[in-house]
Amino acid sequence: MSHPPGGPPVSDGEFTKIQELLYELAVAEVMTPRPVTARASDPMESAKALMRTHRISGIPIADGPDLVGILSVEDVIRWLEAGGEAACIEAWMTRPVHTVRADEAAIQAVTKFGRTRVGRLPVLDEAGVLVGIVTPGDIIGRVLRVLDRRYRVDERRVQDQPLEPQEALSEGGVMRVHYQVAARDFERAGAAATGIKRLLGRLGVDAAVTRRVSIAAYEAEMNLAIHTDRGGQLIAEIRPDEISLEAIDEGPGIPDLDRAMTEGFSTAPDWVRALGFGAGMGLNNMKRCGDGFSIRSSPGEGTVVRVSFNLPSLTESAPGIPVSAPLSAQGR
Amino acid sequence: VAIVKVLELARLLEAKAPLRTHGLGAEVTVVHAGDQMSEVLASAVAGSLLVTGLTNGQVVRTAEVAGLSAIVIVGGKPLLSETIQAADRAGIPVIQTGLSMFEACGRLHAAGLRCGARRVPEPRVALPR
Repeated sequence: MSHPPGGPPVSDGEFTKIQELLYELAVAEVMTPRPVTARASDPMESAKALMRTHRISGIPIADGPDLVGILSVEDVIRWLEAGGEAACIEAWMTRPVHTVRADEAAIQAVTKFGRTRVGRLPVLDEAGVLVGIVTPGDIIGRVLRVLDRRYRVDERRVQDQPLEPQEALSEGGVMRVHYQVAARDFERAGAAATGIKRLLGRLGVDAAVTRRVSIAAYEAEMNLAIHTDRGGQLIAEIRPDEISLEAIDEGPGIPDLDRAMTEGFSTAPDWVRALGFGAGMGLNNMKRCGDGFSIRSSPGEGTVVRVSFNLPSLTESAPGIPVSAPLSAQGR
Repeated sequence: VAIVKVLELARLLEAKAPLRTHGLGAEVTVVHAGDQMSEVLASAVAGSLLVTGLTNGQVVRTAEVAGLSAIVIVGGKPLLSETIQAADRAGIPVIQTGLSMFEACGRLHAAGLRCGARRVPEPRVALPR
């Protein structure tokens, strides 16, 4: 059985959680942004001072936008042991530099630390521009914070149950359920859709309509989890003749709706794609599932997506009595 | 088009891990294979068998939401505990096979199962002749 190198053996369950988290978190989420940099022509003395002032153990060396090397505390020690005479950083820095991309999963950085034995990795964006620096300590700290947060959330609710709606109102023949969807919580994403599916099943809504509503709710939930800064709300309203879903978030908003609605266009990072989502089909799937569809978005303010579904048959049947038999009965 | 029971699929695909005990009698006639969950949601018909290389819990959520009958996970990848729990909860049988996607689909097709996609998207780029 494998366990993290150097760490105590942990049970399968815990190890899996940490591994999963390392796949979920992007390097951008664990790195320190806007690192202190120096130029190759700067004196070693100033690099030593920078390390002391900022309490850092490595400085990326940049030449304009290009990363040309990295000066670590080990390099400074070598320089001091050799006499510490006046010299340019260029003479003592390490190169070539091992780097990692901001949109890669944190597991990539962990793998690189293991393989290269370096203590820090400069982080580059898609264009190769330096945007941060990451150390093993950054990753451990972030993982512990997320695990701690999830542990507390888990304590509050019974695990593995469909997400309970925060509000369920029923008045004047209108039932309204309201779910809070967290940003980047991939373990829970889809729980609201499952909850809505079971609710519609209990209400006896036609199985084919239930399926379309569930699929649209699932895509809406995924969009809230993937693309928003702070998550959002998913509201389902069930009327005698119509079901509507509304996904509301507070940002960042969609700059170009036409492009967002183009099948295959997606701004999802690679780690989301590795989970099987972010292929640029979500909004189209929602539109295709519904009888009505609208989307409003403004950058900086947020997005509201509304999908509606006609319910011709529900009016003819008493509530609680299935309109038609479920498609697959063997699961019950 | 053939009708194949989930238990029979497991034999066909040389399933290596013990199966969950529920849903083994479910019958399958159509298959959707792929790793894009949105593609599954868009085009798999209800009751399809899902063949995928993904192992995370969203595979089960997708199958549950889309009303799929069973999941085959190819390539011999270990299942996450979260995925097993989700499958148990949803009552969806999961078959793990060491066969590749290609080999697994080949065997399913040879057994008489057919495509479960509602629509096949047009290719975006012309293929070279």
